Amino acid sequence: MASSPLFELVEHTEVLGQQTVLRDLNLTINRGERVAILGPSGAGKSTLLNVLHRQQPTIAAFQPQGGGLVDNLSVYQNIFMGALDRVNTFLALWNLIRPLSRHKHQIKNLTSLLGLQDKLWHSVDRLSGGQRQRVAIGRGLYRQQALYLGDEPVSSLDPVQAQSLLSHILEQHETAVVSLHQRDLALTHFDRIVILLEGRVGFDGPASSLTQTQLNAFYKQEASPHDPNPIGPRPEGWIVGNG
Amino acid sequence: MREWFSRQYWSHSSARRLTGVCLLMLILAFLSIWWADLQVYPVEPWQELARIGLGLVTPSWGDRSTFFSALLHTVSFALLAIALAAPAGLLLAMVFRWRWVRLLCAAVRSVHELFWGLIFMQIYGVSAITGLLAIAVPFSAMFAKVFADIFQQQAPEPGSTLAASVSGIKRYAYSLIPQSWPALLSYTRYRFECALRSSAILGFIGLPTLGFHLHTAFKQGQYSEAAGMLWAFLILIASLRLWLRRWLIGPYILGAIWLLPPAMGFVDGGSVWRFLASDIWPVALMQGDWPGLWQWLQFMFMEQIWPGLIQTLLLTQIAVVLTAVLVLMLYPLASESMVGRRLRWPGRFLLLVFRCTPEMVLAYVFLLLWGPSGLPLVLALALHNGGLIGFLVANASDSENRNRQHQPDDLTGVKRYAYVETPKRFPALMAFLFYRWEVILRESAILGILGVATLGFYIDSAFEEIRYDRAMLLIAVAALLNILVDGVSRRLRGAAAV
Repeated sequence: MASSPLFELVEHTEVLGQQTVLRDLNLTINRGERVAILGPSGAGKSTLLNVLHRQQPTIAAFQPQGGGLVDNLSVYQNIFMGALDRVNTFLALWNLIRPLSRHKHQIKNLTSLLGLQDKLWHSVDRLSGGQRQRVAIGRGLYRQQALYLGDEPVSSLDPVQAQSLLSHILEQHETAVVSLHQRDLALTHFDRIVILLEGRVGFDGPASSLTQTQLNAFYKQEASPHDPNPIGPRPEGWIVGNG
Repeated sequence: MREWFSRQYWSHSSARRLTGVCLLMLILAFLSIWWADLQVYPVEPWQELARIGLGLVTPSWGDRSTFFSALLHTVSFALLAIALAAPAGLLLAMVFRWRWVRLLCAAVRSVHELFWGLIFMQIYGVSAITGLLAIAVPFSAMFAKVFADIFQQQAPEPGSTLAASVSGIKRYAYSLIPQSWPALLSYTRYRFECALRSSAILGFIGLPTLGFHLHTAFKQGQYSEAAGMLWAFLILIASLRLWLRRWLIGPYILGAIWLLPPAMGFVDGGSVWRFLASDIWPVALMQGDWPGLWQWLQFMFMEQIWPGLIQTLLLTQIAVVLTAVLVLMLYPLASESMVGRRLRWPGRFLLLVFRCTPEMVLAYVFLLLWGPSGLPLVLALALHNGGLIGFLVANASDSENRNRQHQPDDLTGVKRYAYVETPKRFPALMAFLFYRWEVILRESAILGILGVATLGFYIDSAFEEIRYDRAMLLIAVAALLNILVDGVSRRLRGAAAV
């Protein structure tokens, strides 16, 4: 089946302030693909996801790094935000005062899947990093879109949780583009892997064509002392996935 | 010397840029002293000053029902005005990206509450509506600007996760408003304090708030009664945190509505239209008499606008620099790291008194002492703003002092003041000062109402002579001047990088 490309970047360059973050980047992603974006910190993963989000703003469930939670709102409200386009203005405002029963029911189910059922009415500033990330995943899922764009969506979760929630996210979306630092998850859950190195595509191919060792080599290469323009990767950016 | 002019000299030291801006301000202030009307009229001030001093330490209730009704009216006006202005400002802030909203807000904001009071008084008489609108209208525009600024400082991520089709109030209600809620609340609380001061001084133009009774008491030489009200007002503001509780705001608002004074004097219904359509325009313009209009404009410019403008600007410049000097003198007296934990309390008390007393009241007292020249006005502005900024600077110093590791070889006393605290505080101090510049200008125009020949003097006279056309032109000039100074202050802030 010849599917139309969902995203198409041709010689794309992205400059933030003084710094060129993406350089002459070529990338095409079709409907139905599951793409993992890998690469050391500072390689431009977040910027790439933002660019993709700009290309398809209307059909994407976007989960930015850090989750984009609103600290003063409860877990329920933070997840409900995903449904704002399905609710009219009056009901949306009313929901801030009294939660709408239909959404309350659905979000309760969602939070038990996320392991947050007893935190539903806590404000999210009282939650731990891992709990916050699960709230952000909840909002992404509650957007109920066919396309999911996630920027390190499971980075603060323990390995078991990360695996099960990532599987769930991928089940719920026809197309997914996810940046990760857990390399093993990329190999086991995705069809295609794109590795960014200093704003360029360093590797782009099926996940089955890569082994863990080959994958690790890309990270070592980047950190070599001969690098003319070293972008220091944060240690947590690439140690976690080695286990 | 050549080095001094070179780019490098300026761009490589932020201290030098700051010094340059300060030097410019100082030179301008000294030049202003030359031209400003600072004459001291021979009015035997010491005897009067002694009586006022005696009054301050022997405050009395005076007539108790007058006292309490003045106090309650002051709070009611302030509370209801904020209850109107904060939501209105919030709505305006959501559409602040529209150019016409920004321009409208800048124009509305640049006219002082008292001038709004004078305008609304021509339409609604001495009534609750006049008092409420006089505060609520300019405050809405201020809320709009500050709330919009606060929104801009918020992280964009929460908004980015919402569906692209979600817009307007729905988007704000779930992302920017809850994100910035603490900042919005704390600014609203600060504005309420300002509203209390505005409400008090609206008494000077006849509304039944504290200013009215202060004015009367001072005029009759009843300094103990005047001091009683002044102290009560200071306590009211100083204890704001104790009595302004979230769950009490609802009952307070209901109480305030119930307490609003009935209309006094004339209420000429339906005159809004006449006021806007004919009263405020010069007769020559209405009749299409162009040479007459030119003459009118020429007269206004030569006799009122120009002299008023010049005095307003000169006195503002002196007041701004004097404020800075006062802050530098006063803030160490209230800072833990320089006078110690306990000894800072007298200093803090002094700053609190200056901060809480409206400029109008200070100026009024000084005018009684030194006669109608620019001197009392400059002193009043410098004391009030010096108290306000000094308080903020001392607080910043204290909060840092509490969070740092104390070393045995820490500098203390004057050395600490000169080498550690002042250089550290100076950029923030300058930033506060530039923010207040616009406010000081607005105030120095308005203080003309008391008889000093700034723009306010001519505006007040025009209202008194029922020449609304003149009043409106002068108010427009004052507003334009304000917008201009705001722009210059923003430039200077940029140049000084504060």
